[in-house]
Amino acid sequence: MADTNYDVIIIGSGPGGYVTAIRSAQLGFKTAIVEREHMGGICLNWGCIPTKALLRSAEIYHYMQHAKDYGLSAEKVSFDPAAVVKRSRGVSGQLNGGIGYLMKKNKVDIIWGEAKIAKAGEVTVSKPTKKAMEPQHPAPKGTKGEGTYKAKHIIVATGARPRVIPGIEPDGKDIWTYFEAMVPPSMPKSLIVMGSGAIGIEFASFYRTMGAEVTVIEMMPTIMPVEDPEISGLAKKQLEKQGIKFLLEAKVSQVKKGSGGVTATVETKDGKKQELTAEKMISAVGVVGNIEKLGLEDLGVKTDRGCVVIDGYGKTNVPGIYAIGDVAGPPMLAHKAEHEGVICIEKIAGKDVHPMDKSMIPGCTYCNPQVASVGLTEPKAKEAGYDIKVGRFPFVGNGKAIALGEPDGMVKTIFDAKTGQLLGAHMVGAEVTELIQGYVVAMNLETTEEDLMHTVFPHPTLSEMMKESVLDAYGRVLNI
Amino acid sequence: MPINITMPALSPTMEEGNLAKWLVKEGDKVSSGDVIAEIETDKATMEVEAVDEGTVGKIVVPEGSQGVKVNELIAVLLEDGEDASAIDTSGGGKSDADSGAKDSGSKPEKGDAASAPAGDEKVPSVPGSSSSIEVGAKAATDPVPAPKTSDGGRIFASPLARRLAQLNGLDLKALSGSGPHGRIIKRDIEAALESGTGKAAAKDAEAPKAAAASAPAKGQSAEQVLGLFDKDSYELVPHDGMRKTIAKRLTESKQTIPHFYVSVDCELDALLALRAQLNDAAARDKDGKPAYKLSVNDMTIKALALALRDVPMANVSWTDDNMVVHKHADVGVAVAIPGGLITPIIRRAEEKPLSVVSNEMKDLGKRAKERKLKPDEYQGGTTAVSNMGMMGVKNFSAVVNPPHATILAVGAGEKRPVVKDGELAVATVMSVTLSTDHRCVDGALGAELLAAFKGYIENPMSMLV
Repeated sequence: MADTNYDVIIIGSGPGGYVTAIRSAQLGFKTAIVEREHMGGICLNWGCIPTKALLRSAEIYHYMQHAKDYGLSAEKVSFDPAAVVKRSRGVSGQLNGGIGYLMKKNKVDIIWGEAKIAKAGEVTVSKPTKKAMEPQHPAPKGTKGEGTYKAKHIIVATGARPRVIPGIEPDGKDIWTYFEAMVPPSMPKSLIVMGSGAIGIEFASFYRTMGAEVTVIEMMPTIMPVEDPEISGLAKKQLEKQGIKFLLEAKVSQVKKGSGGVTATVETKDGKKQELTAEKMISAVGVVGNIEKLGLEDLGVKTDRGCVVIDGYGKTNVPGIYAIGDVAGPPMLAHKAEHEGVICIEKIAGKDVHPMDKSMIPGCTYCNPQVASVGLTEPKAKEAGYDIKVGRFPFVGNGKAIALGEPDGMVKTIFDAKTGQLLGAHMVGAEVTELIQGYVVAMNLETTEEDLMHTVFPHPTLSEMMKESVLDAYGRVLNI
Repeated sequence: MPINITMPALSPTMEEGNLAKWLVKEGDKVSSGDVIAEIETDKATMEVEAVDEGTVGKIVVPEGSQGVKVNELIAVLLEDGEDASAIDTSGGGKSDADSGAKDSGSKPEKGDAASAPAGDEKVPSVPGSSSSIEVGAKAATDPVPAPKTSDGGRIFASPLARRLAQLNGLDLKALSGSGPHGRIIKRDIEAALESGTGKAAAKDAEAPKAAAASAPAKGQSAEQVLGLFDKDSYELVPHDGMRKTIAKRLTESKQTIPHFYVSVDCELDALLALRAQLNDAAARDKDGKPAYKLSVNDMTIKALALALRDVPMANVSWTDDNMVVHKHADVGVAVAIPGGLITPIIRRAEEKPLSVVSNEMKDLGKRAKERKLKPDEYQGGTTAVSNMGMMGVKNFSAVVNPPHATILAVGAGEKRPVVKDGELAVATVMSVTLSTDHRCVDGALGAELLAAFKGYIENPMSMLV
């Protein structure tokens, strides 16, 4: 048996785990990563990446259908569901293989199997008990296998899985989670989406573009409840224009499965009940941390509502055991996991790091129109007691947006009136997921409105709206 | 003879500065008052103005030079008819500066300050410094200027941290940063506010320039003001250093000093009689010129100085920690000059005979009008007199000039009906109003000082003993 002693063992090779492993190796730690199913975790295999591939197909399909708007002709526009899925799997597979390469390059050992922390400093790896999701990408070569491994520092990065509502358990056939929704054998004609968070809305947008009748059911009064209500309201209008139906302040109380698909009993706020029937249903009511079967309970590691409790540096209450990413609590986003992992390992290495500042984590939803945001929403800023200045700039005032044929959308900025601190930025419209980072950098560098106004934005770009929104907050907007 | 221009000392602690920008080039003609260069120090960017006329013969220190020592030769000015061959910079540095000072030692520096300046803008008379330049505070164009370390280096602070420091009156130099590469970020400001470090005292010499400079800017913006008038109904006259300093200092005074006013009428007849008598008795030189010619103003200065001697607790300056009780009455006298005003100081006026006070005042007033006062002739002081009597003003209130705690506003002496022993009579009466800084001179104390002043004015013989 080869060497089984490490400085750092990371459990889970999702975006949090594998990035932490690379950073760990860079810092000179002898590092191993344990994975039971797929290199890259949900993100690369069943989440962020393959959905972006699906949505790209939908986007191009949408453009082809609207070719005339651009003076082009595309006749008999159609698609092959199997080919769309195949492309998505291909993208996922390519990146999955890439993680194996990155581990090798950084001399991080991969241990294949299911991990359990026997005690602080010791991980036992056994055969996976969980059946892998199919289709499965091949496991990397040259991995280590079952056995007992020692490490001074153990970082739990096991991610999360779909939340299940009792009575509405996904069966993989009629009631899907994102796993099944990612690889439809055929395009359903009708679909109920339970939950209007990022996952629910992205699938709703995808399936609607591909022709399905889609109804989204949301318990909260607005869709995408974490977003600024003005922005999510605009997104909702756009989605409705495309034919998506929304039932807000509503919940599914019962689901019956029959030969024609599923029939959901939906209860609205006013107590009324209605029945909706659709070919398929997607349950997208959030995710819960994978805290089980790791031995955490026996070790006395504190958990709260399905997540490991950590300090700002990923430390749990048990020395030598750390947690990062989804399993360590919301927001459950890949980029949060990555950053948290880096902070954790750098702190272990004794670097001068600062704890995670969750107020500056951007969020992106890749529906059509896209939604992106960072920082406080308008109601949250008011709630926090800020005297605020709000800037808004609509896509219709931007030359590039008009040229792109994307005149719907808005860039909204929220400033602290007293200090000029950028408290939040919220966008809806084409390509906003690529724009938000400008504001994230600005917030992270603690710029004020003045610096943003002094910054030259290239013309003609959508980014000009970001400056205009700032100008608008101070009554100086130019192009509207 | 070429005139050496050397690096000026812009603050008492300044040892070196950065030559940020030359605004003239070799061969340019300059005349007195032209801004020729900008110099950056830890505290501010200052403009250097030429006092002498001439042609820029040679720029010795190039633009952008960091850490130029005070008194180091930075340029040479040629007088009419001289050419560049007259320049000898071989000695360089200190020795040139010394000779420069000797050459032009008779040309005193003109002040930028409208009135006795305080705080970080003190321009002390630095031994050996060339006097062929003057400096004027340049109002910051950027609301929150990039801060500098004491050695002129950049302080790295986030824009938000800079603004928070400004809003809270924190000195970034006193803070250490916890951001990347020691950058000062919001968190550091919050920590400083909690612990109370870096708080700049309002009139401390180390008070951050940024906070002070921004104070006058809080009124209506230029756009707001201009928006109220037709475009061709006015001309814009740019502010000079003196105007900016007046605006800044007096705004600062009115914003930070709780003013309080006491007025009293003084009968002048006895004083006028004594003055005539004394002036008649003045010795005359061979040209028949009298050795002195006392004015009412001279006697007012003397009376105030003696009153402050008698009421020493009114002869004070405020600092956050202590009351500064002055041992002598250094009386500043506001002198109106074209484009503003300046307040030269009669030092130890309580000790000086009236004739000396009078002659000093004549000399200072004349040189003030020529803008040729040395900084130590207008900086400091413990009180001030502002006399508008000669302009027929009956009564007015003046703005206290820190570090003074008092200023006496003097109106015209005029014949007024007064009641004496139950009878109506005519007397020459002068109204005066004392403005005080209530933080250090309370009402009763101000009244006591004014009573003492009135005593000297109405019994002027007491000023002679």
